[in-house]
Amino acid sequence: MTRKQKRLSVILAGLAFLGAAAGLTFYALGQKASYFYMPADLTTATVQPGQRIRLGGLVEKGTIVRGQGATVAFSVTDKQKSVKVTYTGILPDLFREEQGVITEGAFGPDGVFVADSVLAKHDERYMPKEVADGLKAKGVWQESKSE
Amino acid sequence: MVETGHFALVLAFALSLVQMLVPLVGARAGNQRLMAVGGPVAVTGFALTALSFTALATAYAGSDFSVASVWENSHSLQPLIYKITGTWGNHEGSMLLWVLILTFFGALVAVFGNNLPATLKANVLAVQGMIGAAFFLFILATSNPFIRLNPAPIEGRDLNPILQDLGLAVHPPLLYLGYVGFSICFSFSVAALIEGRIDASWARWVRPWTLVAWMFLTGGIAMGSYWAYYELGWGGFWFWDPVENASFMPWLAGTALLHSAIVMEKRSALKIWTLLLAILTFSLSLLGTFLVRSGVLTSVHAFATDPARGVFILCILTLFIGGSLTLFALRASRLTAGGLFHPISREGALVLNNLFLTTATATVLVGTLYPLALEAITGGKISVGAPFFDLTFGPLMLPLLAIVPFGPLLAWKRGDVLAASQRLMAAFALALAAMLVTGLFIDGASVFAALGVGLAVWLVAGALTDLAVKSGVGSVAPTVMLRRFAGLPRSVFGTTLAHLGLGLTLLGIVGTLSFGTEKILTMRPGETVELSGHTLRFEGLYPQKGPNFTEDRGRFLLISEGNADGEITSAKRFYPVRQTVTTESGIRTLGLSQLYLSLGDAGNDGSVVVRLWWKPLVTLIWGGGLVMMAGAAMSLADRRLRVGAPSRRRKPAAAAVSASPT
Repeated sequence: MTRKQKRLSVILAGLAFLGAAAGLTFYALGQKASYFYMPADLTTATVQPGQRIRLGGLVEKGTIVRGQGATVAFSVTDKQKSVKVTYTGILPDLFREEQGVITEGAFGPDGVFVADSVLAKHDERYMPKEVADGLKAKGVWQESKSE
Repeated sequence: MVETGHFALVLAFALSLVQMLVPLVGARAGNQRLMAVGGPVAVTGFALTALSFTALATAYAGSDFSVASVWENSHSLQPLIYKITGTWGNHEGSMLLWVLILTFFGALVAVFGNNLPATLKANVLAVQGMIGAAFFLFILATSNPFIRLNPAPIEGRDLNPILQDLGLAVHPPLLYLGYVGFSICFSFSVAALIEGRIDASWARWVRPWTLVAWMFLTGGIAMGSYWAYYELGWGGFWFWDPVENASFMPWLAGTALLHSAIVMEKRSALKIWTLLLAILTFSLSLLGTFLVRSGVLTSVHAFATDPARGVFILCILTLFIGGSLTLFALRASRLTAGGLFHPISREGALVLNNLFLTTATATVLVGTLYPLALEAITGGKISVGAPFFDLTFGPLMLPLLAIVPFGPLLAWKRGDVLAASQRLMAAFALALAAMLVTGLFIDGASVFAALGVGLAVWLVAGALTDLAVKSGVGSVAPTVMLRRFAGLPRSVFGTTLAHLGLGLTLLGIVGTLSFGTEKILTMRPGETVELSGHTLRFEGLYPQKGPNFTEDRGRFLLISEGNADGEITSAKRFYPVRQTVTTESGIRTLGLSQLYLSLGDAGNDGSVVVRLWWKPLVTLIWGGGLVMMAGAAMSLADRRLRVGAPSRRRKPAAAAVSASPT
């Protein structure tokens, strides 16, 4: 092969790789990326039961119920609407009433959100960014509250 | 002392301006004296930065709360070790550590670079100076660690409890040595572009630097992963968190660079590609710094969010990446293309390696940046996590891992796949056997698990095959074999170790993910739980007091075959200053596997939620990383690469070059 042919074959191989990777990436982004919602968003958006999403908001006061074993039920609210969530496992250290959380999972057929992970901020001076932005957009949380 | 540190930092900034301008002008004008300024200035700049860093560390160690950064991130009751490591457990201090390492590497080039062509050395130091100047300015303008408070507070606000751990002493310095180490490769590339020429000494110099940076980055990532594993109490070792990806991308690109640099050094091919990779690798390091330090991501690493900092780092990022790539576009055609080779050859295999690795880097980059871009453009918020990367990164890695053992067995220029396959028959049989045994005899093994174990064994056996073939196992007498084995270049052992480590890490990942078990339950004192053949008895919760925290320590007795076999404890810690609770996981290492225990909330009746994991082979994940580091160290020890060793041959060439411009 001449130098030109060789260069061409390397470029073609590279393009093939990039094409394959791009295909995989688009497919995965369509299938596997989970979108973030606040409870009030769910009235307008259609989320199928079983579709993985992230649900964020504040843990509503007085809704934490410890059930059998390590199962916990609580409500996530954005002060406009709240959603019932169940979770089995160890809650993060900073999980408590009125704290910002992000839960990830899917709605069951009964409309209860079954979370398989619950994230709270590592440091209590901060809110999860998505939750803070969402609450700010809804006008129920001011920056000054954080300090 | 604090003001001395502050002053030293300003001086170091001024010197970095000198370092970026004078040698560059000297190299253009061919003025020896101007070029020679670079070395001493780089060394002095490092000394001043070290002084500045020491001043800050002293302020931290002595709890000088009149310094704002100390007040915000330290407390008088902290143990001394965390007071000291707290120096870089915050934004300002960690940036100071960043430039300290940057100037350290610059000084190394200045001290050990005497056998470099004078213009190349001058240009390299000038580029190092530019990076330094940008970051010194960043620190002084937006993140000055030496700002005083008046009046001085009596007590500090404590270091984030998550960071009060030995991991902070190890992970950030190692990671930065890796990240910033690639700046040398970057500077060499930009210097080569400025000169419009790449010569033999260029390749000889870039490869060891890549090895050094790669070695530390590997260690930094592995240690970060282990730290997160035991500190966060979730039992996970990798979360595909954007911050992790930020360090993983330079690692992937750096791995590609490591391999293409071999081709360049041995065969003087792939020159332009290697140069581009060096630029990209450091660009990804800068991108990582931006992602982690700007606060665009929420994570434990984003110490504070200040938009000015983000914009500043973004400017640095644009300037360096844009500038170097523009220079590349303008000058790359001037560089002479390298030699030809057959597609089936060692070079060909390394090109394939590079294709896989760079594409994989690209998928990680997309997965990391896409959510940020989407949010900036449409305001939609998505999270891209493990499922995404399993689908994109996974399919790219599997074929790469499968071809790894072939690479070292192919000859340069023209290889023979058939011969290589024959030599790998034993390794292949071993891998197949491991796959069948896993699939047929271990309960609950999935196809993925069997494949994974097979692939890991294939990598380990393939790496050892290379060593066996090169020392002539089976073809020569044992005495000759031993002599050959002892006479093999260190870099051959380096390759073997690195590939072996990769196999071990894979084995650890597959073992943990496929055969790990977990239980979540509520336990009362005296109750026992059994998991994968290990029995634990909960003894109760015992309150304790530490220097700056209180804790409820849950004690569990491990019972093996009816006999007590030591205790595992896990605690819920409460740090009153920050009103923060952390979980201290309890880990017991049994062979290569670990029993991992994490305490949840306590009930009113003395019961407590317990999460228990059995993690088979999990230690191999990080053990493999250490083996990879050892491989890099071994390659570095190769005589051929030892800086200065080849100087006798290079001196005449260097003299000829330095003489020519005058």
